[in-house]
Amino acid sequence: MTPEKLDRIEALLSERFADLPKERLSDIVIVHVTPQQLVATMTRLRDDPDLNFTQMIDLAGVHYPERAQPFEVVYQLLSVHKNHRLRVKVALAEDQPVPSVIPVWSCADWFEREAYDLFGILFTGHPDLRRILNDYDFDGHPLRKDFPVTGRYEVRFDETLGRLVREPVVLERAFREPYRHTL
Amino acid sequence: MGLNESFVQGVAQEVGERGFLLTSVDTLANWARTGSMWPMTFGLACCAVEMMQAGASRYDLDRFGIVFRASPRQSDVIIVAGTLTNKMAPALRKLYEQMPEPRWVVSMGSCANGGGYYHYGYSTVRGCDRVLPVDVYIPGCPPTAEAFLYGILQLHKKIHRTHTVSSGWGANGVRGRKILVG
Repeated sequence: MTPEKLDRIEALLSERFADLPKERLSDIVIVHVTPQQLVATMTRLRDDPDLNFTQMIDLAGVHYPERAQPFEVVYQLLSVHKNHRLRVKVALAEDQPVPSVIPVWSCADWFEREAYDLFGILFTGHPDLRRILNDYDFDGHPLRKDFPVTGRYEVRFDETLGRLVREPVVLERAFREPYRHTL
Repeated sequence: MGLNESFVQGVAQEVGERGFLLTSVDTLANWARTGSMWPMTFGLACCAVEMMQAGASRYDLDRFGIVFRASPRQSDVIIVAGTLTNKMAPALRKLYEQMPEPRWVVSMGSCANGGGYYHYGYSTVRGCDRVLPVDVYIPGCPPTAEAFLYGILQLHKKIHRTHTVSSGWGANGVRGRKILVG
């Protein structure tokens, strides 16, 4: 977005959300909210005629293991009518729930399931918080930094049992870390 | 498909002179099996696109009697075309078990052969031979339509080598012998 557009959004936000911390990057403005403020803030961002963020483009989880609040949920908002965008971030402790934004944008349903599946972020008020990508009985949340890349279990068919069995991963060739020497 | 002119002429002459043909039951069974191998449509990833190419007019699997079926009950061969994930593995096994015997398995592409690009991933089966008894492995990422066709012809060769009646074994008796194409 152009600097003028960013100026305009920043001015609008500081007028309507004076108490929220804001951050400005070269091409977008970021608003940081707490889980308690989230739904009210999002509803207002959507319904305010000047801001008009009627679409949520993406919802993603991030894991920063070194932080005191290691998880973050990032929302990307778009106003087609005004042709401007906004990024909203919520920082979370481990196992700290965040309210679902499905009442604000119904498309959040599968995005939140994805963030739950891959990061273990819990969304309160979600109607069907199941895994969406991994198997329903998958163990762990694979995009957490402490999850082993090769996973914990692997599947094979057992001829004697006549069914698929899950066993701990045994790699015939060890996993190579090609960039280790640069660390 | 192994039918040359002298063979056809020989057959025509024999039928013309005697009115019937003599062959072994095995040869007849293998001829019938290779003549109409109906594959179970099982496209999992980008390999499936190459499989569709082989099925389309340029390479035209129909001339080998290969017609893709959407039901395991009507299929002779299952072509695992793409990355097999842990979540998909039970479904693949179930479909395989629903196929009538004799049945064959073609593993198509690096992912199905051994995990390929996703070998060290957390959700990939490192080779579909952990789930199914594979007859032919086709290498490539993805294999070209020509390579795929060559793999099918290798499977034909393998079937022609089986002697279901004279050996006393079922079609499963020759399983486990693995062919690497190319």
